[in-house]
Amino acid sequence: MDILIYGTINSIALALTAMGFALVYGICRVPNFAHGALYVVCGFITWSLVRSLGLPYLLGIAGALVATAVLGGLIYRVVLIRVRGMAISEIIASYAIGLAILEGLRWGGFKGMTYTLPTFVEGSVFIGGIPVDYHRMLVVVIGAGVVAFLWLFTHQTRLGLALRGMAQDERASLMLGIDSDRMALVAMAFGSALAGLAAVLLLPLGNIVVEAGYNVLILAIAVCIVGGLGSWMGAVLAAFLIGFAQILTVVYLGSHFQMVVALLAIILTLILRPSGLFGRQKELEERV
Amino acid sequence: MTGGEPILKVRDLTKAFGGVLALNRVSFDLHEGEILGIIGPNGSGKTTVVNSITGFIRLTSGKVFFRGKDITGKPPHKIADMGVTRTFQIMRPYYSLPAYKNLVIPLFSPRAKRTGGWRGGGRLGDRNTVGIDILEEIGFERDSFVPYKIASSLPTGYLKRLELARCLALKPEIVMCDEVFSGLSMSEIASMVPLIERLQMEGITLIMIEHRLRELFRVANRVMVLNFGEKLMEGTAETVMASEEVKKAYFGSEEVEEVMKHA
Amino acid sequence: MTAEQGRKERIDRGIKVRAESIYALMSWRELSYLALPRLVLIVGLLVIPLVMPSMYWQRVISIVCIYSLLALSFDFLAHYVGLVSLGGAFFVGTGGYIAAILNKSLGLSPLFTIPAATLGGAAICTVLLLPCLPLRGVYFAIVTLMYPLAFARVIEALDIFGGTDGIMGVASFPNQWVEQYFVIVVVLLFLFGLRRLVNLDLGLVFRAVKDNDQAVRASGMSVTYYKAVGVFIASALGCLAGACLVHIYMWSGISQFALDFSVLPIAATVIGGGGTLVGPVLGCLLLVPLSELLRDFGTLRIVSYSLILMGFVVIRSEGLMVYGQRKYHQFERWVKV
Repeated sequence: MDILIYGTINSIALALTAMGFALVYGICRVPNFAHGALYVVCGFITWSLVRSLGLPYLLGIAGALVATAVLGGLIYRVVLIRVRGMAISEIIASYAIGLAILEGLRWGGFKGMTYTLPTFVEGSVFIGGIPVDYHRMLVVVIGAGVVAFLWLFTHQTRLGLALRGMAQDERASLMLGIDSDRMALVAMAFGSALAGLAAVLLLPLGNIVVEAGYNVLILAIAVCIVGGLGSWMGAVLAAFLIGFAQILTVVYLGSHFQMVVALLAIILTLILRPSGLFGRQKELEERV
Repeated sequence: MTGGEPILKVRDLTKAFGGVLALNRVSFDLHEGEILGIIGPNGSGKTTVVNSITGFIRLTSGKVFFRGKDITGKPPHKIADMGVTRTFQIMRPYYSLPAYKNLVIPLFSPRAKRTGGWRGGGRLGDRNTVGIDILEEIGFERDSFVPYKIASSLPTGYLKRLELARCLALKPEIVMCDEVFSGLSMSEIASMVPLIERLQMEGITLIMIEHRLRELFRVANRVMVLNFGEKLMEGTAETVMASEEVKKAYFGSEEVEEVMKHA
Repeated sequence: MTAEQGRKERIDRGIKVRAESIYALMSWRELSYLALPRLVLIVGLLVIPLVMPSMYWQRVISIVCIYSLLALSFDFLAHYVGLVSLGGAFFVGTGGYIAAILNKSLGLSPLFTIPAATLGGAAICTVLLLPCLPLRGVYFAIVTLMYPLAFARVIEALDIFGGTDGIMGVASFPNQWVEQYFVIVVVLLFLFGLRRLVNLDLGLVFRAVKDNDQAVRASGMSVTYYKAVGVFIASALGCLAGACLVHIYMWSGISQFALDFSVLPIAATVIGGGGTLVGPVLGCLLLVPLSELLRDFGTLRIVSYSLILMGFVVIRSEGLMVYGQRKYHQFERWVKV
């Protein structure tokens, strides 16, 4: 029973962290390897706004989210736009900038136990005999809400449909008057904000550490590859698969194997079914 | 043309790309030593047929037999290793290398090592020299600097020959030419046709996808017509071009009659 | 109102044309035109240890060579086989740990551990990278990025191979001069060896795989196999670097999976000029001392070369050696249209 509960919590948390990356990579084919860096940066900005400037918590969060979105947009506008279309250069450039941010934060002294964010609500409740704190339940609720909202957004709104159109055929979208650069900018900003949202929700459960940036990147990539690029359903399913697998290994093998699970998931997917569970990029299996 | 078992048997090739049926139960036989032309309007699935047979595309259903062996679903390099080769419609030589070096790569393949390559005489000498020999055979002037030019600077006519040479280096049994006449001037085609005929005389079986019908009919023994992924008919050039269905498929019966007048 | 238009023209220098193939033997001028850059490099590298002021700086030279091997590995894979490896640290860590384990557990001397770690490590790395070879290059980049991160965490978590402390007391080279000249000679050997390889028939196949893998398949060759061979060669270089490193520092630990070994070679290649094989070595010669100087500032050094790397990638600069080679072989002038 506790596996079920912790598994669900972990899976939704994974889905949250991966959503931003999945949105940007799956929809405009821009691999944002600075995703992990944006996650951590948002946490620190929130901390700074709340602790140093003394802003009320919610205002601090809002400010941090906006700042992260702007940072993501800036990264696109200043860096990635120049290497647009060259996949390897995009990866190197976004990875380099993510690295610069994360290691810069590390150098700036942000390490150790002293940086935490408070949880939204204190207290816990017992579900089926297992203690679950309110904050984690809030994570599940908000996380599910975000995931559902994203489905609605990409399937019902004009902006979302435009983004999906761009994902399917960029040239056709360009011909129809959809400005792909602007769309990519919007997607990057949005994806970064999602990363920030995940950070704000999940960091209170632990400390703000720079290492989390790398972990988040690995997990987000794992979810996207296992689920298949460009598929919302796939990402959600993959998050649950990996989430439960992680909890199972924690219960039966020990808590240090979490990253190994993610890596194994990636390798297995690449061996067995490269395009992922619901991947639309069948190109990997058929090429002309 | 020998009778007996066809060298290539293709049964019920079907390929769906999402909702689009690019090939719909296409079947035909290829006899050893013949030249089979595949014609049809754009989008009729001609290149898809070649891609499916040579393994570059996975079929939705259907089977391909080469000399009686089932080669459906095998990876492209294994099929090429058996001697079933193809050229690419969009030419892609190794642009940064000189023309003769382009041939070093196929000459490095296991098949070339086994068979000695075309003109290798059973023993593979220095690949550079064999490469130049092959180029000379297909029409590059040996003593000029043309074989040494970087592939990116060669005109279309030479590039088409280079594509063909890359197949020939493997000493193939079947060569599938995808629009090898397109983009060539009249004189370039005039010099390609004897080359094709010579290949046939050496026992190589050819499939030729073409839009240039007049030139194709000069060399092809049989012709197969595709339309919207389905085989309309097959037969000799005359039978095929006299058919009403084929004329309708090409949207321009006058054009067809013009061709028939001059064939 | 028509402005005079000109276009830039690049023409080979006279001496380059005269020095082509056998005509180079005509005179000393042509011979030296060809030989001088190579001689400068070889002599320079061989002489450097003698002019270094202190032992500290002599060690830096050894580290430069270690990184040069990694940079050669990256350049070879990226520009001659078409695979971008974002995790050079993976090779270093694998080679390093194997050498350390062989040395401590089996008591083998560096004479044996280094070759064994090179070949064994290369085999292991190739096998681990096999799943992503049939796929598009992006996947190779992603997987190589993650292996070092994952391995470091696994070793730390499982506390195997010495855990966070690492394996101590590994044997070192007989003396400091052997240590330095061994790595310098190794770098020179592989530098010129690789340059030779890429013009051999096998090298051409690698370049073909990079240019147009469909055509290679159509010629009856397995692209996955040749990519694997390329990865084997590159990982052998990396494992060799790791094994030497372990014997220099007499210690093996998870820091070998650190980002330095992944990022600095890439930065060195991009700055020095990708595709030239000499450029990456030059890049290391520049970046490693810089990184040593910044060592006091903690991880600022990673920040700096990440930023430099990003800058170069974004500006799409061709790199120092490519620029240098072009200037050496060609001259430019404006021609009226």
